[in-house]
Amino acid sequence: MNRKLSRTFRWSAAVLSLIIMLIAAGCGSSGEVDTLEAIKKRGKLVAGVKYDTKLFGLQDPATGQVEGFDIDMAKALAKKILGDETKLELKEVTSKTRIDMLRNGDIDIIIATMTITEERKEQVDFSDVYFEAGQSLLVKKGSPITGLESLNKDTKVLTVKGSTSAQNIREKAPDAEILEFENYQDAFTALRAGQGDALTTDNSILLGMQKQDPNYELVGGNFTDEPYGMAIKKGNPEFVKTVNELLKEMKESGEYDRLYEQWMGIKPE
Amino acid sequence: MDFIGAYSWPNLRYLLQGFWITVQVAGLSILFSFIIGTVLGTVRYTRVAFVSRTVAILVDAIRNLPLLLIIFFIGMILPQAGIRIPTFWAAVVGLSIFEGAMISEIVRSGLVSVDKGQIEAARASGLSYMQTLRHVILPLALRRMSPPMVSQFISLIKDTSLAIIISLPELMRNVKILSGSSFSYVIPALVFASLLYFTLNYSLSLVAKRLEARQI
Amino acid sequence: MNLWDFSILIDYWDDFMAGLGRTVLASLLGLIGSLVLGTLIAILRIAPFRILNVVGTVYVEFIRNIPLLVTVFFFFLGVPALGIAMEPFTAGTLGLIVYTAAFVAESIRAGIQAVPSGQSEAARSSGLSYIQTMRYIILPQAVKIVLPAIGNQMINLVKNSSVLAVIAGLDLMYYADIINLKTFKGIPVYTLVALFYLLLTIPLSQAVHYMERRFAKSN
Repeated sequence: MNRKLSRTFRWSAAVLSLIIMLIAAGCGSSGEVDTLEAIKKRGKLVAGVKYDTKLFGLQDPATGQVEGFDIDMAKALAKKILGDETKLELKEVTSKTRIDMLRNGDIDIIIATMTITEERKEQVDFSDVYFEAGQSLLVKKGSPITGLESLNKDTKVLTVKGSTSAQNIREKAPDAEILEFENYQDAFTALRAGQGDALTTDNSILLGMQKQDPNYELVGGNFTDEPYGMAIKKGNPEFVKTVNELLKEMKESGEYDRLYEQWMGIKPE
Repeated sequence: MDFIGAYSWPNLRYLLQGFWITVQVAGLSILFSFIIGTVLGTVRYTRVAFVSRTVAILVDAIRNLPLLLIIFFIGMILPQAGIRIPTFWAAVVGLSIFEGAMISEIVRSGLVSVDKGQIEAARASGLSYMQTLRHVILPLALRRMSPPMVSQFISLIKDTSLAIIISLPELMRNVKILSGSSFSYVIPALVFASLLYFTLNYSLSLVAKRLEARQI
Repeated sequence: MNLWDFSILIDYWDDFMAGLGRTVLASLLGLIGSLVLGTLIAILRIAPFRILNVVGTVYVEFIRNIPLLVTVFFFFLGVPALGIAMEPFTAGTLGLIVYTAAFVAESIRAGIQAVPSGQSEAARSSGLSYIQTMRYIILPQAVKIVLPAIGNQMINLVKNSSVLAVIAGLDLMYYADIINLKTFKGIPVYTLVALFYLLLTIPLSQAVHYMERRFAKSN
């Protein structure tokens, strides 16, 4: 029985690895295709955006439409490349899945509250900064937590898998217990459900949550800089240039300021 | 809790749209897993030297893995090896492979349960092994395996909810997005989704009971 | 290509083990909980009171026809919406228990009812008490039917506990996500996690096969 058991296990493991290896070897990498060319050929831009983040990318159950600052940036980009802002397909990404999806070729570009970091630059290329955020804390009104210094080993801080916030909070509050959720909506639901003491991520996202439920407030100010960039698969200098041109044009024409004010309710600094 | 607000038509429509995706994914996966299961189950039953053994190991490995892992792997990780499948089809492929492995076991035990005497009689009357398999063993076994098969399809329908892990906009994912828009919608949304799943699955289980009754 | 870089197993050993530990813990708690709850429901279903039968039947039929994710979300989102807070791991484990109990209850009921009623009547008329009849006649036979079914539920628990990852339940799948996001080596990470699951489930399914064969022979 014992020998048979271990034999079966060894076999299963071997076969499983073999299959994956065959698949990996058989197909190889999908080859280097110029993303910008691919978009033009296809006649459609595929952008990876959030579906659960108020102000940036949020799906409205009533209409099924996704709306937010990131979505409007994607529309502007579709218009720049293809001359028509409706030639755009949105795909839902989470902080957890977005880099894999970009590298897999499921999406042409990530426009999803993504902070530019040195680590990520090894995986993807970034456009210029298109939004300046900073990490902060969201707590229930009247909470004893007033800022980073109140976080200790008895506090549970909620955040999201694959976000810079998860990494930063580990460094800034090493004693606090940290729980990482699939997406911001889950993390906020968990906070409202009392499963943690504070939620940490970019102030811009937290502001959206505060708008959803005014029983919650931001405390302690920003403790990091989170410059957002649009991420593009490595090896597409033309595409990065196009995006940067667009950002420049939008800032010059006042379109950027208009969108910013429309979503954030304040003028950009 | 806010049942009235939660059950406004746009919200219900949103949940029903999710349910429609659930039904589509389930329908296709039932079809494919039935084909995969019948083929693999028969191959394993016939004991073709090397092939049956390999199939057995494969099927056992797949059956013993979490479906959540399989779906995530196919949807998000396999593309790293150059295999790209759109989200909807990644869910269908994951479900078909996993449930196909489950069904192959049902098929195999159905085949095994066919009376040896009947097989011998068929062979003695001049049918080849393949003819016996096709015209005698399979029809007999298929009738016997239909109740467990329907139960497996019910599991499949429930398991479509695991595609939430690759952001497929099926019913449970839409429940979650709706729950996010207001905390007071959580329970109403869950209740409505449960009723949809229950109605579909319970009707199927009644079919299964009828099939079971007919055999005796 | 570094698709097959398994050195992450060593680099992230602690994370893998933490996840494995939680997966095992959730499965064990799930088994104990669903055995207790499942037995209670089985008793409801065979009790000689119609109203209790109905309660038991409704529970079993309802739960068996909805996805596990519904019960998990109920404890993760729904119960807190009613004002009761709990940890994601607790919520997930409770969801597993409530779900699995319906299947356990069915197995137990099937096991007890499989023993022909003539046997218990014969035992009672030959002077055995109700307890003795259960202890020596009914249960030993029922166990043979129930035990493999419970084994199968244990396998399902190990596999199903992976939904904990969806609600930050700190299990194997949760840590797999965390490691993948640090290393971007998804193929080795999730392959290793698959092997860890097989390490738990294959011995269990071998044990179930063994029981089924032995009990089949002894009948």
